[in-house]
Amino acid sequence: MTDNKPIHAIGAGTSACAGCGALEDIRLFCEILGENTVFVNAAGCMTLLTIYPYTPFHGSWIYTAMASAPAGAQGVRDALDILLDKGMAREDDLQVVVLTGDGAANGMGLSATSAAMDRGLDFIYICYDNEGYGNTGYQFSPATPHGAKTTTSPADSGRSGYKKDLFSIWAAHGPAYLATVSGAAPGDMARKIKKAKYIKGPRMFIALAPCPTGWHFDPSLTVEIGKMAIKSGVWPLKEIDQGRLIHNRKPKEEALRSLVADYLALQGRFDHLFQPHRDEKTLGEILGRVEKYWQEVS
Amino acid sequence: MRELMTGNMAAAWGMRLAEVDYLPAFPITPQTEIIETVARWVADGEVKTRMVTMDSEHSMVTAAGSAAATGIRVFTATSSQGLLYGMEMLYAVAGWRAPFVLVNVSRALSSPVTLEPDHNDVLAARDSGFLQLHCATCQEVVDGVLLAYRLAEDKHVRLPVIVNLDGYYLSFTREPLVLPTLEMARSFLPSFDSGTIRFRGHQPLSQGVAVLGGSQYSYFRYQCHLAAMNGLDVFAEVAAQFGELTGRHYQAVNAYRHEDAEVIFVMMGSFSGKARVAVDHLRKKGLKAGLVRLFLLRPFPENDLVDSICHCRGVAVIDQNISMGKGGVLYGEIASALYNRKGKPEALVNFIGGLGGRDITSDEFFEMFKITAQAAADGRVPSPRLLYSRDEYGRMQGLRAMAGAEGKRDDR
Repeated sequence: MTDNKPIHAIGAGTSACAGCGALEDIRLFCEILGENTVFVNAAGCMTLLTIYPYTPFHGSWIYTAMASAPAGAQGVRDALDILLDKGMAREDDLQVVVLTGDGAANGMGLSATSAAMDRGLDFIYICYDNEGYGNTGYQFSPATPHGAKTTTSPADSGRSGYKKDLFSIWAAHGPAYLATVSGAAPGDMARKIKKAKYIKGPRMFIALAPCPTGWHFDPSLTVEIGKMAIKSGVWPLKEIDQGRLIHNRKPKEEALRSLVADYLALQGRFDHLFQPHRDEKTLGEILGRVEKYWQEVS
Repeated sequence: MRELMTGNMAAAWGMRLAEVDYLPAFPITPQTEIIETVARWVADGEVKTRMVTMDSEHSMVTAAGSAAATGIRVFTATSSQGLLYGMEMLYAVAGWRAPFVLVNVSRALSSPVTLEPDHNDVLAARDSGFLQLHCATCQEVVDGVLLAYRLAEDKHVRLPVIVNLDGYYLSFTREPLVLPTLEMARSFLPSFDSGTIRFRGHQPLSQGVAVLGGSQYSYFRYQCHLAAMNGLDVFAEVAAQFGELTGRHYQAVNAYRHEDAEVIFVMMGSFSGKARVAVDHLRKKGLKAGLVRLFLLRPFPENDLVDSICHCRGVAVIDQNISMGKGGVLYGEIASALYNRKGKPEALVNFIGGLGGRDITSDEFFEMFKITAQAAADGRVPSPRLLYSRDEYGRMQGLRAMAGAEGKRDDR
């Protein structure tokens, strides 16, 4: 059994909401990557982890802007490489880690991310995916799933678009390593981070981050919802290692039908699919897409 | 030894002599020759600078700032739309107190889109926290880059600096200049010491962090302002050292035939060369004209500026930019500097000219002299005058007819 002690990895008393899934994800990254890291952050919920004069991180931090955290990482990495060439001690080197939400990753940060992968930048990218613009009160982002209500998709139809396939977009760049993770599957997540830690090049992570205030569920349910996302097949745990796509957990196909609905029913943002009437059409469409995904990858 | 080179080449030489570690780049006309030149030097092993092409100027300025914040010497260059595309990050990296040099090759802004110069691009960065040097010659470009590094890296300043040169008029114009030797450059500009402001293992540091509340925010913003103001003394000090080394003495404010002048033209950049010639012509005709040019715009050298113009009767501020609905940007700066001074000039007149590379002719300098002298005499100061000739207007009507946009034809 692996002993992960993420409780010590970052300081207590951050400004993150109770039950924040993103914080749960970041703890494990911090635990495994250690203190010799510099987090290069883009505008999002996690920007408020470091508020003058406090920081929960044992390592370094730089906030850039919403669109250009990977470019900030390029500058820091290149500078450290230049300093190493000039004789800086190895122990002064840092792991450069980009930390952005799904809003930056799928939208205005995509150009800078694409360019960083194109250049083969040696960095880790953590996209904490809470499926919306969380820090501004939960508006829909390109990562928001179909049918979800947000403050900018408030009608009973929810968001009309579909969650952007960031994994495939990133995969097309051929990064050194690419994985989805979830704090609700810490063993899988720890294994992936440990593997990525010693790989050179772009190491890309999309981490599911259940959001109590945006998804509307009780903060005590964060882990439960994360587990359900995996079990229902809505959040596939997968990785591309040396060009090979591996699905780490395959859901039982016969169970998908009920589990997808159960997963959605846990979240207030999908209430309108169940009350006052069950919206079979939308539920069927969401389920159909999950089933289609697993049929295509099996 | 004098050499003939373009302003862009001079900028690249400034970077080379500063032995810059890192250059994040993105091409844009008319800046591109700078990064092409450095790329060739890198390929040939003539410089050790690491160069990386980014996906945009926004990314470029971010990388420049984060690399400087890590503790190395950084150079970058852009122009016009590129400067505006990176604008969010200009403000951000100045707040990181990341000292580096950005050469801006001035080019007018869209719309309409054009390639030729004016100063609306660089003046949009006026309040960003970057200090600004405005070059009038290619010699000033190479020397200005070296001065800018000393200014940026000084521990009393620690702010990024923009060195501005006009597109085409300097960027693509060959002028004779003297390159400082590498020994001179090294003795003037020692290697960058970022002190404890840097990213290193086991020395955690947080940069660009959020603050809650106006009190903390104001504190850091005031710090930046006071650091920028320190730049006035630092500039004087480093310019004096540079003068001792090279024999080229730079001043924040450059005055020409101003002591006994009745009317003084105030402006920035390469068009001041045209003004200088015009001043000589006016003098030959017995008209007492003078010229004052700002080399340093931020920090604003208010005392030097006021001392150089306060005695004259009328000041003609020539703005190579336009703030829609107001007039020239420089005009407001000069007016605020003069307002509280006793015995200030009778009239301060604003002229907008040289937009999008439009020439300012000798005749127009005569006309500006006349209007300003008249305003000083009768106290009636006209609203900002937009330089435009009858011939141009006629040609423009012809073009409008061709474009099918001709409405009621105005044959004035």
